Amino acid sequence: MAETVISVRGLVTAFGRQVVHDGLDLEVTRGEILGVVGGSGTGKSVLLRTIVGLNRPQAGEIEVLGRRVPPRTEAERAALEGRIGVMFQDGALFSSLTVRENVEVPLRRVTGLAPRLRRELADLKISMAGLPWDAGGKYPSELSGGMRKRAGLARALAHDPEIVFLDEPTAGLDPIGAAEFDRLIRGLGDSLGLTVFLVTHDLDTLHAVCDRVAVLAERRVLVTGTMREMLDVDHPWVRDYFQGPRARAARPAGGQG
Amino acid sequence: MTETAAQIETVAEDAATRLCLSGRLTLAEVPALDRALSRVGAERPVTIDLSRVERMDTAGAHVVTRLEARLAAEGKGARIAGASPAHAALLETVAAAEPAAAPAPAARRGAAERLAGVGRRVAGAGRFGAELLDMLGLILARLARGIVRPREFRLTALVHHCEAVGVQAVPIVALMAFLIGIVLAFQGATQLRQFGAEVFVVDLIAISILRELGVLLTSIIVAGRTASAFTAAIGSMKMREEIDAMRTLGLDPGTMLFVPRVLALLLMLPILALIANAAGLVGGGIMAWLVLDISPPMFLTRLVEGTDVANYVIGLIKAPVFALIIGVVGCHAGMRVRGNAESLGRQTSAAVVTAIFAVIVADAVFSVLFAEIGI
Repeated sequence: MAETVISVRGLVTAFGRQVVHDGLDLEVTRGEILGVVGGSGTGKSVLLRTIVGLNRPQAGEIEVLGRRVPPRTEAERAALEGRIGVMFQDGALFSSLTVRENVEVPLRRVTGLAPRLRRELADLKISMAGLPWDAGGKYPSELSGGMRKRAGLARALAHDPEIVFLDEPTAGLDPIGAAEFDRLIRGLGDSLGLTVFLVTHDLDTLHAVCDRVAVLAERRVLVTGTMREMLDVDHPWVRDYFQGPRARAARPAGGQG
Repeated sequence: MTETAAQIETVAEDAATRLCLSGRLTLAEVPALDRALSRVGAERPVTIDLSRVERMDTAGAHVVTRLEARLAAEGKGARIAGASPAHAALLETVAAAEPAAAPAPAARRGAAERLAGVGRRVAGAGRFGAELLDMLGLILARLARGIVRPREFRLTALVHHCEAVGVQAVPIVALMAFLIGIVLAFQGATQLRQFGAEVFVVDLIAISILRELGVLLTSIIVAGRTASAFTAAIGSMKMREEIDAMRTLGLDPGTMLFVPRVLALLLMLPILALIANAAGLVGGGIMAWLVLDISPPMFLTRLVEGTDVANYVIGLIKAPVFALIIGVVGCHAGMRVRGNAESLGRQTSAAVVTAIFAVIVADAVFSVLFAEIGI
């Protein structure tokens, strides 16, 4: 049995009187790529933000890499931040810094790292994220949406985290760019042994990338399992989602329902 | 965890040097590792033994890959041995991703380049001026069309902007002018008392406020309040492609957005200046009464006798011109906003600076003009 790196138990989050999650449980094991799906407004991004410690939940326990979230002391926070990476929906790059400087930001916390080596590592990550070598000197406003996402991924991976959180990595990309991004995530996941927590709407991404899928509905994780197992779930939303016309088109050839 | 820090052990074999790396080759270890590995000599072939490496991440793999490349380039070559399948795969991924071309360092700027930069900025300033004129022309043309075809005119928007530009600015403008009147009376009193010419403080206050300060300071406050508000409103519409949407729907942004705003300014700025004049005179009158014992009736008499009505007219003539400047600059800066939030912020502050600067320049031009024609 693989080690559990993220565990969420009995999570309750609410904004004012609007309850987003009510008794949500979820576990993610090391090295797997988990896709989180759900209708609009079911709190997928809220769940991601809560697990990385940006939202304070009303109740419930969250542990990431064996540490409590949200951390209670600065030391706990620092220990955790070095081990997770987050890619936000539109990259969330610092607009006043070039792409290379953006990627260097997480590397600055490493004591004793020479500027030359930091630069090299940043360039390596930029190239691994599939950006051309000259993208490092550009500012985020000079990049297309797809390139910004790649730069965001490069920054999320810069300090070699054990878990990366990706918020809608393929939203707004053209099909070719989205497929490339899928391959990139899968490839990086395999070669770096990453654990990936992925929020998405994209059925192609789920097929191409994810080991396991968690469906968010009715304010909790309704069901988890592989894509194949999703086809046997008897729930109207899950059936519509995974067996609707778009789902049939996205299913890989030979993968029989 | 039982993992240990990175260690390097050098073993001399008959044909090659064997470099045994062990422990963690991770980002935290990389600074020390890099320093140690840069001392590895290239005189003999080197075998890099990774069989005792416990953990490796991309940073570690990068250092190993670079060591291999350096030794291959400088010396007798290097060979990686004993890597576990996972580590070998990682090394391969990293080696494949290493940027092929090193980014060229930025060239130093020579004198010619600097001169060209100056030229570009001058040309840019010229273009900026031309764009402002273009915007002025557009607004005047749309205003004229609104007169010819009143049905296109948007009265509701005009009333809304009149409230935002005019009514809501009354308290701040009045307070500002009141305080300026007080300051003028006080400063004037202390200076004029030396000559026993206290009574001329009324002329001082009246002429400076009516002719210059009332309208100029009102315009500066309005430029700060309203030019920025125009830029922010139009700029955020530009950013969200609302203006493009208007164009595709056959709506003219000039008629819809610029004319109501500029017209509201044209109507409101003279009124605000009038209020500022009144507040300034009241402030000055109160101070004159308190400090110099010039009673309000005496102040009024002196005001009517000593001050030509031309001063008041000259002050208010400038108001529509300043209004047009502020409106044009604000709308133009809004249209210059590009798709991101930084440019919105930059244009908003640029609009305020440009508007205030242009108002002061126009005021100076007016002063010279009026001096030339002798009023």
